[in-house]
Amino acid sequence: MAAKKKSAPSPSTGKGTTKETDAKTLSKIQKLANEVYRVVSKGSNPAIEIRVRALSNVAFNEKRRIIELGDKTQSREFFNTAMARKFMQTMIVANGCKTLIDAGKTISIRQMYYMSKHTVAGSNENTFEEQNESDPVIEDLEVSTDSLREELHLFANRKGACVGNLVINDAGDEIDLARLGSGGWAIPSICEPSTVRFVRNKAEYVLFVEKEAMFSRFNEDKFWRSQNCILMTSSGQATRGARRLLQRMANELKIPVYVVVDNDPWGLYIYSVLKQGSISLAYESMRLAVPGVRFVGMSALDYKKFKLSKSVEIKLNDKDIARAKEMKAYPWFADKKWQREIDETLSNGFKMEVDSFLTKGVSFISEEYLPKKLKDRDWLT
Amino acid sequence: MAEKPARRTTAEAMGAKQRDISVSEFFTKNRHLLGFDNPAKALLTTVKEAVDNSLDACEEAGILPELLVEIVELRGGAAAQEGETKKVIPESRFRVIIEDNGPGIVKPQIPKIFAKLLYGSKFHRLRQSRGQQGIGISAAGLYAQLTTGKPVVITSKTGKGRPAFRMGIRIDTKRNQPDIVKEEQIEWERDHGTRVEMELVAAYRGGRTGVQEYLEQTAVANPHLGLEFRPPKGEPLLYPRVSDALPREPQEIKPHPHGIELGMLLTMLHDSPGKSVKQVLVSDFSRVSPAIADEICKLANIKPTLKATDVHGDVIDRLHRALGQVKVMAPPATSVVPIGEELLIEGLKRRFPAAEFYISTTRPPSVYRGNPFVVEVGLAYGGDLPGDEPAEIMRFANRVPLQYQPKACAISESVYDTNWKSYNLPQPKGSLPVGPLAIAVHLASVWVPFTSEAKEAVAHYDELLREMKLALQECGRKLGSHLRARDRAMGEQKRLSLFQRYIPEVAQAMSEILGSDKEKIEKSFYKALPNFVKVDTDDDGGAPPPAPDGAPAAEKSEAAAPAAPSPKSKKKPESKKTPPPSSKKKRGEQLTLLH
Repeated sequence: MAAKKKSAPSPSTGKGTTKETDAKTLSKIQKLANEVYRVVSKGSNPAIEIRVRALSNVAFNEKRRIIELGDKTQSREFFNTAMARKFMQTMIVANGCKTLIDAGKTISIRQMYYMSKHTVAGSNENTFEEQNESDPVIEDLEVSTDSLREELHLFANRKGACVGNLVINDAGDEIDLARLGSGGWAIPSICEPSTVRFVRNKAEYVLFVEKEAMFSRFNEDKFWRSQNCILMTSSGQATRGARRLLQRMANELKIPVYVVVDNDPWGLYIYSVLKQGSISLAYESMRLAVPGVRFVGMSALDYKKFKLSKSVEIKLNDKDIARAKEMKAYPWFADKKWQREIDETLSNGFKMEVDSFLTKGVSFISEEYLPKKLKDRDWLT
Repeated sequence: MAEKPARRTTAEAMGAKQRDISVSEFFTKNRHLLGFDNPAKALLTTVKEAVDNSLDACEEAGILPELLVEIVELRGGAAAQEGETKKVIPESRFRVIIEDNGPGIVKPQIPKIFAKLLYGSKFHRLRQSRGQQGIGISAAGLYAQLTTGKPVVITSKTGKGRPAFRMGIRIDTKRNQPDIVKEEQIEWERDHGTRVEMELVAAYRGGRTGVQEYLEQTAVANPHLGLEFRPPKGEPLLYPRVSDALPREPQEIKPHPHGIELGMLLTMLHDSPGKSVKQVLVSDFSRVSPAIADEICKLANIKPTLKATDVHGDVIDRLHRALGQVKVMAPPATSVVPIGEELLIEGLKRRFPAAEFYISTTRPPSVYRGNPFVVEVGLAYGGDLPGDEPAEIMRFANRVPLQYQPKACAISESVYDTNWKSYNLPQPKGSLPVGPLAIAVHLASVWVPFTSEAKEAVAHYDELLREMKLALQECGRKLGSHLRARDRAMGEQKRLSLFQRYIPEVAQAMSEILGSDKEKIEKSFYKALPNFVKVDTDDDGGAPPPAPDGAPAAEKSEAAAPAAPSPKSKKKPESKKTPPPSSKKKRGEQLTLLH
C-alpha cells in the first residue's frame, strides 16, 4: 500500500500494523475461495454470502442515530444463471485484491476495474463491461470479507477540499491548512489515522459546504480566518474520505460541524448521509457517520427570513416532490422540525440554490447569513 | 296530409316497357358483383378465374396441371416508370395469357364457355370444384371487351394428332350469345391444352391483393401444380411441382335432407313424374332409406304414396320442415377432397422454404346444412418469416386463395378467436397473433357458403367456425409444444454454455488466491456441473463434459454435445461453435414432429 508505506515512519495509530492487517485481509480472501472450493468439490453449489445493501436491510439505530446494516444476507451462487457472472466477477476482484496485498500496492477502484477487465475465453464477453459493474462488486467484497476498502488496497478518486486553522500530518508531511492559498488541501480517499493525523487545532468549528463554488467564495473571503473555523467541501455527495475526515474532526477535535447545502431534497440527502450514513454504505456508518452534524441551511424558511427575491425560485419537478416525500418517510427525519422543513419546501413549491444569496451581495452569505445563523443558533440537527 | 297523388301511368303502359334483362347486360352494369370493381382487382379476378378453370379441367381429366401465367404491359408502362408515381397505380393496358396442359375444349363449346355468362358444367351438380357459378371466365372476357374492345382469343387442342383451333370471340351483351370474330386452325406444339389471351385495362400491383400473392398462395394449396409466372416486370417465378399425386376425384353427391332449399325440393319433386314422394326421397337424396322416407312422411303428415307432382302449397312446407328435422346420417364425405396434411406442408414449404417448423391438420369431414365439408389448417413458423409482425393468414376455399375482405370472413374470425397466447405466441386482444407465423386455412366443401357472389369471404356458419377453431387449436397446440421444447432446449444450452464460459475464469482466480492447481479446481466445477444443468440434451451417448486433461474420446463426432471450451482439446475445432450441433438437433426434432 503505497500511501501506507510512506506513512510507515510515523507509527500507525489504527488497527495493528500494515503487515498484520494485510495478513488478516489475505486470510479472509483465502477463506472465501477455500469455502467455494470445498463446496464445489462436494458437487454442491458454491456461494458467497453477501450482506444485502438495500433499504430492506438497513435500520435506523435510534440510540446511536445512525443507519445500520441488518443481518440479511444474499447467497451469490455460481450455478445460477442470474448470479454466475457476478460470482465470477467477485472472484476476479478478490484475486485482484490478493495480488495488490501481495505486491504491497494500492490502486484506485477505476484501476481495479481495468485490472480485472479482460475478455472471457471463447466469447466476446468481457469480465467487466463498465466501471459501474466493478464498483458494487468491490463493495460486495468489502462486506463479505468484512474488510475496509483500504484494507483491500483500494481507494477512490480524491474529491473535496479543506482549509482552516488546523495543522495535519498527511502521509508523513505536516501541512498547515491555513496556508494553502485558493485551492486548499485535497481530501485523500483514505483518511484513516494511519494516513492522516491531526497535529494542532485552533479552529472552533467545521463549516461543511456541499458546493465547491461556495467553498471558493468562503475561502476567498478568508471566512475561516475571521470566524476561526475549518472550511470543507465535498463537491457534491460526500466521498467516504471526506466523511471519515469529518467524523474524525468531530470526534477527535471535539468541535461542532455545520453544514450548508442547497435547499432541495438532494441537498438535504447529502446532509442526511453525513449525519447518519447511507443505505449502500450502511456497513460503514459506524466509521463514517457524524450524528451531531448541524444543518444550517439552506432552509426553506430562509426564503422569508432573508427576504429573498422571487427570482431565486426554481420550481419543484415531479422527481423532487417524489424524493421529498420519500425522505419525509425516513425514520431519521421523523422529528417534527424536519417534517416542518420538508413540508415547507413542498408547500413553497420551489427549491433554491445556496448561490441565491448572491442576489443579496457577493459576500452576503459569509458576512451576514452565516454569522447571523450561528449567532441565533438557527440550525437543525 | 298531402292530397291523393294523381296516377302517372297504367299497368298496361308499364307492362309494355317490361322485358328480359340479358345477363350480360346486367353484369355490364353490375360488374363489381363479380370482382371487377377496380382495375387492379379486375386483373386479379381475370387471372384467378382462368387459373381456377384450368386447374379444375386438368384435375377432372386426370392431368397433372402445368400452367403458364403471363402478364404483359402493353402501353403506359414506360410513362409510369418515368413518372415514378408509385402511390397512384397507373391504369394501363395489359395482355393476360393463361396457358394450361389441360384436356382442351371441343371446338363448338369454346365460344359458349368463354363468351356466354352462366354457362358451365359445375353449377348443376353437387361436387367440389373451384369455380361454382360458371360466371367467372366469361365475365373476365366481358370486362376485357368493355375496356379495350378486343375479343378474347382462345387456342385449344384436345389431343395429340388433333387440330388446334384459335378463335377470337366477343360477347353480344344484349343476347348473351357469343360472336365468333375470327377462327383458324393452327399448328400447336402442345399435345393438348388451352390458351386464353385477353387484353384489358387494368392495374398491376403487389401486396396482399396482388396477382403474385394469388399465385403464390395457389402454389401452397396445390402442391401438384407446376406453375410459371411471368410478371410484367422482373424475373419469371417458377414453382416446380412438388407432388405427383393428383387430388382424389371428388364424387358427385345427391342433396342431403338437411341442406335442401325449398325451391330445389319443389323442382326435384315436380321433375319426377310418376313417382311417389317416398320414391323421390329414397332415390334422389343421399342417406335416405325407405324407413327414413317413411319417417319423413310421417313427420310431414303426408302419405308416402302421394304423387310427387301433386305436392303443393302447405304440403311442401311441411315436407321441407320434416326433411330438416329427421335424423339421418351425415352425407358421404367422398364428395369433399382435402389437400391432406402432408401435402399441405409440402405446399407451405414451397412458399416458406426456410421456416423452422411446419405443422398441419386435416379435420374429419363435418356437415353444415347438409353440405359436407372438411377444414384443414397448416402453419409455417420461424426462419425468415418476419418475427415482429402479425401472422400472415392465407384463406382457401376449395384450394382457391381468398384475398379480399379478410375482416368479413369466417376464416379470419376463427383465427382471431383462437387463443394463441396459450401456444406461446403474443396476441393483442381480438387480433392476429404476432410472430414469424403463416397460417393457411382451407375449407373444402361441395358448396362453400360465400358472403357474396364475388366469392371473397366465407360466411359465418357455426359448424364451420367450430371446425376451423378445432383445427387451429390442434395445430396451435403442436406449435406451442414445439416452441416450449425449443425454448427449453435453448435455455439449457444457454445455461450450460454460460457456466462453461465462467468456470475457467473462476478457477483461474481461485487458483491464484489459493496458490493451487487451476486444472484441479476446474475439474471440480465440471464435476459439479451436471448437478445443475442438463449437460447432454440429446441421445448421442450421454457424454459428460470431458475432463480438461483427460483424453478426449476419439470417436466424438461433431454432432456430440458441445464440449466444455477446453483450449487443450485441439481435436475438436467444432467444440467452440455450439450452434451447428444445436441447429442440427432442431432439424431432427422438427422432422420427428412432422410425422
